[in-house]
Amino acid sequence: MERQGCIRCSLLFVGGMIVELIKLINALPGAAAQGLIWGIMAIGVYITYRILDVADLTVDGSIATGGAVAAVMITSGWNVGVSLLAAFLAGVLAGLATGLFHTRMGIPAILSGILTQLGLYSINLRILGNKANMAISVNNFHLIVSSRNARQMSLENPILILVIFVAVLIGGMYWFFGTEYGCSLRATGANPNMARAQGINTETGKVVGLMLSNGIVSLSGALLAQYQGFADVGMGRGAIVIGLAAVIIGEVVFGKLFHNFALKLMTVAVGAILYYLVIQVVLWLGLNTNDLKLLTALVVGVFLAIPHWRSRLVSSARRKGGQHA
Amino acid sequence: MLKINHIAKTFNPGTISEKVALTDVDIHLDEGEFVTVIGGNGAGKSTMLNAISGVFQVDCGTIEIGGQDVTNLPEYKRAAFVSRVFQDPRLGTASTMNIEENMALAMRRGQKRGLRWGISAAERKMYREQLHMLDLGLEDRLGSKVGLLSGGQRQALTLLMATIRTPKLLLLDEHTAALDPKTAANVLTLTQKLIEEQHLTALMVTHNMKDAIAIGNRLIMMNAGRIVVDVSGEQKKALTRDQLMKLFEKASGEELANDRMLLS
Ligand SMILES: Nc1ncnc2c1ncn2[C@@H]1O[C@H](COP(=O)(O)OP(=O)(O)O)[C@@H](O)[C@H]1O
Ligand SMILES: [Mg+2]
Repeated sequence: MERQGCIRCSLLFVGGMIVELIKLINALPGAAAQGLIWGIMAIGVYITYRILDVADLTVDGSIATGGAVAAVMITSGWNVGVSLLAAFLAGVLAGLATGLFHTRMGIPAILSGILTQLGLYSINLRILGNKANMAISVNNFHLIVSSRNARQMSLENPILILVIFVAVLIGGMYWFFGTEYGCSLRATGANPNMARAQGINTETGKVVGLMLSNGIVSLSGALLAQYQGFADVGMGRGAIVIGLAAVIIGEVVFGKLFHNFALKLMTVAVGAILYYLVIQVVLWLGLNTNDLKLLTALVVGVFLAIPHWRSRLVSSARRKGGQHA
Repeated sequence: MLKINHIAKTFNPGTISEKVALTDVDIHLDEGEFVTVIGGNGAGKSTMLNAISGVFQVDCGTIEIGGQDVTNLPEYKRAAFVSRVFQDPRLGTASTMNIEENMALAMRRGQKRGLRWGISAAERKMYREQLHMLDLGLEDRLGSKVGLLSGGQRQALTLLMATIRTPKLLLLDEHTAALDPKTAANVLTLTQKLIEEQHLTALMVTHNMKDAIAIGNRLIMMNAGRIVVDVSGEQKKALTRDQLMKLFEKASGEELANDRMLLS
């Protein structure tokens, strides 16, 4: 009797485990799709944070701008492609604002981004018709990506569509940053003094970089709004941290492996997917959704600190070595 | 080729950290003149070079390069005429970009940068040939990040980049000071070679009086924000260290006398 109970008990346990695992596996395609959307966003962040060496906080606002523009345009009958383009251009304008604050008014980059982000909150509300959010159901409109199709084996599967998006974006970036102008932007971030000495207008370069970056971020917002079925004025809160998380996870996991620029951008997108997969697993393990932002902030904080800690370690080791010599 | 007409520069005017860096600098350089610049720490040598290259605007006076008034041109536009090598080898190149990308940036100094591909195959061949002349083995490392090079290699590369598109004016600010003596000597030889070959007009700041006397065809000495000694031609060729010291004492002595007169 006792033995039977035990077997039943463990069968139940294994069964429960399987149910739970299936839940996790079911959630993975969604995580991958979300990761890809945030990967696009993170490629935008990469342009400012890694290429131009500017910390740009505009993105928290411009991602919502993209979502709002797309939602409003699609619900009022515009074609998805046109709406995406408009979202991109709206983001470009947001980047222009930050760029002008920074270069023409001499405001530090971080503060410039915060100013634009704050201003965008009002603008985004206006775009949404003074509401905090707006639904765009895939039932009523033709959307390019929707979470509903995440587990469907069809051409409408958002993962497939987003992979194409990411590939095209990376191809475009690879081309642009390989051109004469793109190279001058990279030089601007790598060594602004040298760049100016080579005749590069570093101020304009920063503005162009901020415009491009926010255009891409805004585009990701437009995709995100369609994917989740609504745009929300708060959808960009903490976006910069998720973008940084993607950049850093990509670098930590693949950093030593890839030196090619296109592959580096790919690691950023993969970093975002990894981020969302990990989040999915953490949620599955029972973490409260409300605690996610705290967790993200802590993890990104630690990763950002690693280079600092590493250099301190190296220099203290060198000091000790010096004493022995 | 270069006309500096009575320029002056005070940093942080009206604050406690106010610093008069150039009191009155007035000098004309003919085409092909290679001028060595000496003077004590804080004499204003770097400030003069930075004023020429447009790192900041001067308080008064004008600067002309090749007959064009550049006084109000921003730094990046003056780069069309002026190329520079700094003291710190890290300043003249982008360390996260590779050798050929750095050279391609220098190749386009003062040119329009469009959406053409950043480096052409023909250029790459030329870069390899130029690097081969340096004899540092860099011709096989076009794809290496410049951050991996030694200080001497970087400085040689920076020199090459500064002259790859012939500048109207070459500015060298103690560009060998951060290198070990042997490397410094090599870089200096390369400097002379490039300047002679292209018949460049150049200003070279050095802290080495021997080099200043031996190299170039004109020598100026700065003190307290102005040029106090200026020798060229036969006088420069015959110049000795002692003579130079005397000239300096005379010039700075006069300055002391002036100060005393002002105080009394
Ligand atoms: N950007 C700056 N801000 C404030 N003071 C400066 C600046 N650049 C140079 N100075 C000051 O101007 C004076 C001349 O400096 P500099 O031209 O660098 O001298 P040097 O002849 O040694 O190259 C120094 O007293 C220096 O401290
Ligand atoms: Mg100096």
